[in-house]
Amino acid sequence: MNRILATARSEFRISLRNRWVAIAVILMGLFSLVLSAVGSAPTGELGGDRLSVTVASLTSLTVYLVPLLALLMSFDAVAGEVERGTLPLLLTYPVARVEILLGKFLAHLAVLTIAVAVGFVLAAAAAFRTDTTSVEGLPALWRLGWSSILLGATFLGAGYALSSLARRPSGAAGLAMGLWLGAVVLYDLGLLSAVVADGDGWFTTTAFPFALLANPADAFRLYNLAASQATSAAAGVSGAANAIPIWQSAASVLLWPIVALAFATAAFRKVTP
Amino acid sequence: MTSTLKISALTKAFAGVTVLDRVSLDIAPGQRIALLGHNGAGKSTMMKIILGLIPFDSGTVEVCGNRSGSAPARTQVAYLPENAAFHPALTGQEQIAHYLSLRGESPKLAMNLLERVGLHEAARRRIGTYSKGMRQRVGLAQALIGKPRLLVLDEPTSGLDPVSRRDFYALLDGLATEGASILLSSHALTEVEARTDRILILSGGRMVAFGALGDLRRTADLPVAVHVTPRNGYATEIAAALPGAIRVNGDLRLNCPQDEKLPILAQIASFGDKVADIEVVPPSLEAIYSHFSQRDGQ
Repeated sequence: MNRILATARSEFRISLRNRWVAIAVILMGLFSLVLSAVGSAPTGELGGDRLSVTVASLTSLTVYLVPLLALLMSFDAVAGEVERGTLPLLLTYPVARVEILLGKFLAHLAVLTIAVAVGFVLAAAAAFRTDTTSVEGLPALWRLGWSSILLGATFLGAGYALSSLARRPSGAAGLAMGLWLGAVVLYDLGLLSAVVADGDGWFTTTAFPFALLANPADAFRLYNLAASQATSAAAGVSGAANAIPIWQSAASVLLWPIVALAFATAAFRKVTP
Repeated sequence: MTSTLKISALTKAFAGVTVLDRVSLDIAPGQRIALLGHNGAGKSTMMKIILGLIPFDSGTVEVCGNRSGSAPARTQVAYLPENAAFHPALTGQEQIAHYLSLRGESPKLAMNLLERVGLHEAARRRIGTYSKGMRQRVGLAQALIGKPRLLVLDEPTSGLDPVSRRDFYALLDGLATEGASILLSSHALTEVEARTDRILILSGGRMVAFGALGDLRRTADLPVAVHVTPRNGYATEIAAALPGAIRVNGDLRLNCPQDEKLPILAQIASFGDKVADIEVVPPSLEAIYSHFSQRDGQ
């Protein structure tokens, strides 16, 4: 445990010095504020409180931004050590590879948590300034907060796995961007076109819900939209959100970080310095 | 006493090419071994196998009775890579504190260690600003953590100036006296000559020589050079008695096999006052090294 914490401490220090903490916090803070400002327009018609509406917008933001930040922080984790030549020495220490990964994971997750917390607190503050009934939206914001961090954890693990597989930072960066594009952007487009082509066939009725649950980003969106009062305020997969029981999307959100870290550990074990 | 490092019949091939061929080695506590060989002779591969960084094909490698690379073995071994590299964003002190924690020692000892390698003044600067020699010292400092039983040092003095090299070897001598075994590779043969107990020469993955320098000298049986300075006027007389001698600036020089060295010296001594000086030059470590490492036709 001490070795994990020592690694986490070092990694967090490196993230501070590399400006990752600043970049993540500023990005999340800025986007949250912008969304709160833009989100104020449709409040009246939808009838929800200000914060619930903001949470719906934040869900769409988070599903893009948090995986991106997580991948940007993690793609260098193993490949960077290989390139700098620091990995052989580190591996001669009496520290298990899984401990090294967990140390890095804790540090990066802390950075993400700080960024998410700053962003969401700013958004909440902006909502409370104009609408005192925003208290109703707090449970949704809290749910969004911890599920965002779990979403980040999933993509951190995925980033470590890609970093171990690529063994070179340039390759790892390419794979990470590919994963982001695939999982967060193209996956939904693919599903959408499949549903359109299929009509009311087997795919739409049987496979589609599972396809949504199998993608951590979609599961995250489903969970937050289904749980939130503001389902109607969001576009996209909101229809599907009502069809899938909430425990299923919650389970997907909870399980994915573990799966991703297991993948990362297995890939890291295969790296020979 | 049990040996610190025990290697038997270690064999390793990369893509069909044999890099290490049935290498066996036994290092006792306190022994300092120099690992010599051409580039690509298998030195680094052997070190990485001892450290457990890469797998091997057959044979056994044990560190203090534990399989190499196992957790108990790793607690006993310290490593200094050829080009010690660290994260540029950390300071020397932070980096050493991290390594201390990984070995279960107090991170507060970092300053103390950096002082031992003469780096305490730069300890709070980022490693990114360090010179190669300074990084090498950070590497050395981390190798001193926690009284390792075996130190594996890959060309440890390559970036150091002459004074730092001397300090470095003094440090190693101290560690060896305390019972640590040291395995170091080097291209600086004269350095190794004075500072190690045994020399191991690898060539094409095979161990072609292992022993104290004196033993290797005898085994190699390279000719000894004898320089004789005759007194004025006696050069011709002495040269006639020493077949094979050549004149260089009034001196006589000849090479003789090891076993003829003493009879020839006796013969020269019999000239008494006619000889002004005699010098016997044993074969250099370079000559011995090339003798062994060229046996494979390299």
